Amino acid sequence: MRFLLQRTVFYLFTAWAAITLNFFIPRLVPGDPVQSLITRNQGRISADAIESLRVLFGLDRNDSLWEQYLDYWRQLLHGDLGLSFTFFPAPVSTVIGDSLPWTVGLVGITTIVSFLLGTALGVGAGWRRGSWIDGLLPATTFLSSIPYFWLGLVAIAVFAGPGSFFPSSGGYEAGLVPAFDQYFIPSAIQHSILPAATILVSSMSGWILSMRNMMVTVSSEDYITVAHAKGLSERRVALSYAARNALLPNVSGFALSLGFIVGGTLLVEIVFSYPGLGYQLFQAVGSKDYPLMQGIFLIITISVLVANLLADVAYLLLDPRTRKS
Amino acid sequence: MTISPSSIEQVIPGQGAMAQPSATPGRTKRRRLRFVANAKAATGLAILGIYCLFAVIGPWVAPYDPDARSGDVLQAPSASHWFGTTHLGQDIFSQILVGARSVMVVGLLAGVLATILSILIGVTAGYLGGVTDEGLSAMSNVFLVIPALPLIIIVTSIVEQASDTLVALIIGLTSWAWGARVLRAQTLSLRRRDYVEAARATGERTWRIILFEILPNLTAIIASGFVGTVIFAVMSEITLAFIGISSISSWNWGTILFWAQGQQALAQGAWWWFVPAGLAIAVLGTALALINFGIDEFVSPRLRTGGRTRIRTADGRTVRMRVGFTPVLAPKPAVPAPREAAPRVDGAR
Repeated sequence: MRFLLQRTVFYLFTAWAAITLNFFIPRLVPGDPVQSLITRNQGRISADAIESLRVLFGLDRNDSLWEQYLDYWRQLLHGDLGLSFTFFPAPVSTVIGDSLPWTVGLVGITTIVSFLLGTALGVGAGWRRGSWIDGLLPATTFLSSIPYFWLGLVAIAVFAGPGSFFPSSGGYEAGLVPAFDQYFIPSAIQHSILPAATILVSSMSGWILSMRNMMVTVSSEDYITVAHAKGLSERRVALSYAARNALLPNVSGFALSLGFIVGGTLLVEIVFSYPGLGYQLFQAVGSKDYPLMQGIFLIITISVLVANLLADVAYLLLDPRTRKS
Repeated sequence: MTISPSSIEQVIPGQGAMAQPSATPGRTKRRRLRFVANAKAATGLAILGIYCLFAVIGPWVAPYDPDARSGDVLQAPSASHWFGTTHLGQDIFSQILVGARSVMVVGLLAGVLATILSILIGVTAGYLGGVTDEGLSAMSNVFLVIPALPLIIIVTSIVEQASDTLVALIIGLTSWAWGARVLRAQTLSLRRRDYVEAARATGERTWRIILFEILPNLTAIIASGFVGTVIFAVMSEITLAFIGISSISSWNWGTILFWAQGQQALAQGAWWWFVPAGLAIAVLGTALALINFGIDEFVSPRLRTGGRTRIRTADGRTVRMRVGFTPVLAPKPAVPAPREAAPRVDGAR
């Protein structure tokens, strides 16, 4: 319990740091990118919305930095992230709310599947060191060196021609209304196969490799020799003795590299025009929609923190030592 | 990009290849070259060398000006245009050659910056301990957990038309945390070693202990952290160019992909527009990853891919090695040895 409490405190601290970073970044930049956006949309934005953008970006204010900071927090706690310029007049929170489920669905599921699959393959490769499987390792290295988005481009070129089963863009058939019914769900699945496969192929090899290396390290421990000596079956030694212990560093590695993975997978959304946060970020960058960018950064960071906390809970369940103290 | 937890963290130096006693003076020279003799590291270094060469001479040997337009619009690869042409008739081969410089400069610059930061923060935290350690570790953990790529995208997009140097600076400042974490853990285990204690007892200054006693033993970890950061920096730079944030007036491989995507190269079947740039990135990434495996295996010999698992011993028997058992292949003794001296292999059976 103590372990979990410590981690929670740390994640709260990180969330505070990220939010503070988000507060300072626009203020450090010379010139006012947001001011020009407001001027361009003069007359179309309500006074309230302008006021909320001023708080978020600290435009021509005479308040001290500390007061600005307090105002900023007050506004964030009300869930007000400003107004999106790309999707005018929708507020940023609505835009993010629409695209978050897509990202969580695609990136969340593929990341977990890739971790499980990669770890399982890594157990095999590590246990049978020196067999033909080692010959495949350079190939996985090559696959993991390919940028996610480029693999997506190739996948579209190869699989998604006209008349193909795989659609090349979007999250669902145009004309359908998002709902949990027999028309929408199959269409959404059909649209997600290709992006999901892209993420799987390029992210899995990292797990294979780290799990293999851990297996190799663990399999020369004394307790493995003892297990062999006791006459336990090969399978039992490999899975219950070696793999179980080799898994722990991989789980903590999983938690730590989530931030990197999420960054990479957002690009796949861009290539496939998948209606998630990554594609939204891309559009925001293209149209210099700073409020939306900042909002997306915050939401991504907080999602990663929550995912990290979940990974810690998994670690807690796997490693009895953390429960004891 | 995935950063796999490096095995180095689990390995205590002193057990690895570095610390093996040099048996005879005659063999020291061979040991020094052993890192290069590792097939993976050698391949990686060779490919990296070729890339560096093109980064230097690329703009001079490029057959065309990468910006020059011509009448050959959207041509497939041919003798005059090796990698084909763009929608404006620009030569893609020249764009790749010219772009190599920007990619390598940003990668190396960001790598150097992040490595210096990670040494400063990681080693200080590990060596000094106490409140300094807690503060610095908390800081690096925060940077580790915050998703780097979205942060880099946002910072770069706020700065209009970011130059290569600025991009390298931003990437370097945001990607030091992993290295710092690994270095801290290693320093923590080194600082209580006897030779460090001895140096402290003889009254050496702290900076001297860190510089001359601790740092040399961290070389492998620092090198692998550097290579890892370069991979990340190259990928980030190309991503920034691909989504059109950094300056699109200078060429790098991401810029090529940016135009290919923007001009619907895929829909027009112009595969040559995006395949060469992607392969160039992937091969560079593979080369760097290979160097890192080389370093990993250099530090922790166990990780070496077995290659041959059947080995002929000196006395002519064939031995099959198993995972987890390090066979002791004793040289054939001059006098017939008793049975206990026979090679110990296949221990568990």
